[in-house]
Amino acid sequence: MPLIKEGVLVEDLWQSIADEEALIDGPVVVSLERWQSERESLLARNTPLGVRLKSDQSPALIAEDLERLDLVALEFPKFNDGRAYSYARLLRDRYGFKGEVRAVGGVFRDQFLLMQRCGFDAFEVADKAAAEAWEKAISEISVTYQPGADARRPALALRRNRPAA
Amino acid sequence: MYRYDEFDHTLVTERVHQFRDQVERRLSGELTEDQFKPLRLMNGLYLQLHAYMLRVAVPYGTLSSTQMRKLAYIARRYDKGYGHFTTRQNIQFNWPKLEETPDILAELAEVEMHAIQTSGNCIRNTTSDQFAGAAADEIEDPRVYCEIIRQWSTLHPEFTFLPRKFKIAVTGADHDRAAVRVHDIGLQMCRNEAGEVGFEVIVGGGLGRTPVIGQTIREFLPKQHLLSYLEAILRVYNQLGRRDNLYKARIKILVRSEGIENFKRLVEEEWSHIKDSALQLPEDEIARIETYFAPPRYECLDDTVREFEVKRFEDRDFASWVRTNVTAHKEPGYAVATISLKPTGKPPGDASAWQMDAIADLAESYSFSEIRVTHEQNLVLPNVKKADLYALWQSLRDVELATPNAGLLSDMIACPGLDYCNLANARSIPVAQRISERFSDLERQHDIGSLKIKISGCINACGHHHVGHIGLLGVDKKGEEFYQITLGGSADENTAIGKIVGPAFSYDDVVDAVEKIVDTYLNIRSEDEEFSDTFRRVGLTPFKETLYAAH
Ligand code: HEM
Ligand code: SF4
Repeated sequence: MPLIKEGVLVEDLWQSIADEEALIDGPVVVSLERWQSERESLLARNTPLGVRLKSDQSPALIAEDLERLDLVALEFPKFNDGRAYSYARLLRDRYGFKGEVRAVGGVFRDQFLLMQRCGFDAFEVADKAAAEAWEKAISEISVTYQPGADARRPALALRRNRPAA
Repeated sequence: MYRYDEFDHTLVTERVHQFRDQVERRLSGELTEDQFKPLRLMNGLYLQLHAYMLRVAVPYGTLSSTQMRKLAYIARRYDKGYGHFTTRQNIQFNWPKLEETPDILAELAEVEMHAIQTSGNCIRNTTSDQFAGAAADEIEDPRVYCEIIRQWSTLHPEFTFLPRKFKIAVTGADHDRAAVRVHDIGLQMCRNEAGEVGFEVIVGGGLGRTPVIGQTIREFLPKQHLLSYLEAILRVYNQLGRRDNLYKARIKILVRSEGIENFKRLVEEEWSHIKDSALQLPEDEIARIETYFAPPRYECLDDTVREFEVKRFEDRDFASWVRTNVTAHKEPGYAVATISLKPTGKPPGDASAWQMDAIADLAESYSFSEIRVTHEQNLVLPNVKKADLYALWQSLRDVELATPNAGLLSDMIACPGLDYCNLANARSIPVAQRISERFSDLERQHDIGSLKIKISGCINACGHHHVGHIGLLGVDKKGEEFYQITLGGSADENTAIGKIVGPAFSYDDVVDAVEKIVDTYLNIRSEDEEFSDTFRRVGLTPFKETLYAAH
């Protein structure tokens, strides 16, 4: 899968491991179930670790482990299953997770802005063309009305800071 | 009224460009209809039985005369010369061409309007009391908070793909004209023991297939926490609301399955983390928005206006319009005038372009240029001097907008039904028309008094039949159109879901049945009792007896 980070296609250094597959060397992403059953041996590997959450798996389930993880992948089984938007906010705002938050599944250019605002910073897309649309997709709406997990300043803050008319 | 500043202008303008680009990608074939659908829905563009339909947001039902003129222009230039005001205080155009919709949105942006979030599984246009700011029974103008909610909910990144659509209503008055107990979230402004103004928060109401009356989740929410509390409710719902079944996806189902106590616990736990975040509303921000809704410059008048009283005495037609369509104003010498969009035999809520222009003119002459849309699909001039009412009424009569039936039997709500909607079991609008013809004698309607009839062509309940004093629901019986009748529903502060009276009636018989119900009420009412009072006193039995006696 092509991977977009900071607006450009990058090589994916992570291997996503299916539950029935054997682990391989290097950074791996495993399911929540595998993480829960093989936690100790995974930690003992001493390589970067990621966990993949399905859309009905809240990051609250791994809140205690986040310090040891470098990546959390959140699945969008369909583009319109929006649970992971809240999960990303929780990861960033509630749990202060600093690693990669990756969007996987139904990820399209028209959602980049929303996802980025909720704290996603990596996007697995079905086709490379989406990367060309990146810049436009995240900049075509420049005003935000609500605080998010990104660095954009909402209109409220900008209005309060402007010199009195 | 609220006026856009540079941030609001920038957002809607950028949104138009974005949508133009999306339409171009659709027209060029880069996007399939399946891929385009969620994008167009985010801008209120539906595909209906015959054509596209564009739903334009009228935030909390407030329009300026300039905006109304623009709507008239759009109706003329891009549609077939009319628009349809909806039960959610919006306006719909039924015949736009896909390739012209970006131009329509650009026209709207010029007058500070848009179609953002008028469809899709997001937070929809927030609705309010159509008499806000003018009502005598109001604690504070609820539109201040509607506007704050409008901004917070616009393109909210986290809540754009909710399990289902989400509707919020706010009222500032004791008499609930905004139906807050049948919304996903209802906000009722109230005072706490210390006399501070805040909100009672009601959650999990709704109509549709499973009508539910909302429950109070918080008795008193201080103003500064409004957005964090809404965000907490939405965050819980976004994570836990059902996504496997379209008909079980609304928050009302979640609240019911969790139980209000447990749901409240989840919300308050979430809230405890975000309560003091950047979502907190600074007092100066509330004050800033309040200045936009400052009262217009009312003249200092006597409440008794002699020329008005004389006209009312001399002209019976005027008097009958005043009786139904004029409501008390908080300012002495002023009144609120309702413009009925329910003339006998026309689809409820329709207005032609020339009528819209005429209303814009009248708003300028008589109502500080302000107009409201009601959830009963009428329009309102909120600030009319009593001394001007007669002239206003005469002008309304010239454009066929002076039907004196606000709140009466013929002031019905009917969904599009079988004539326009592919989900319908039965026609709605023709039934409404036949009922208003049967009761065309206005004297008789005045005698019957306040009576709300609401008609839906199928179980999706777009006509809100559950909360009609008399509700009609189209059902299919072996391929024929039948109507199930419910009695005793109400959407105000005494919210109730109507009760089914008995077996359904055929298309031919349903008007007779309505007439029998009305006659039964007239026979058994005690003095000054409205239909809903009588029903509360006697229940279904007397109506059952007369309806089904002959069988
Ligand atoms: C062809 C046209 C239409 C179609 C296909 C349609 C379809 C639907 C469907 C499927 C629902 C149920 C949604 C749910 O359960 O959440 C619904 C709800 C609703 N519709 Fe429509 N509709 C149409 C036109 C209208 C119009 C013209 C109005 C307003 C005048 C309207 C007002 C509503 C309202 C207020 C609800 C929400 C009821 C509630 O849950 O509180 N609809 N519609
Ligand atoms: S109630 Fe049914 S028939 Fe009427 S508009 Fe809604 S979906 Fe169509």
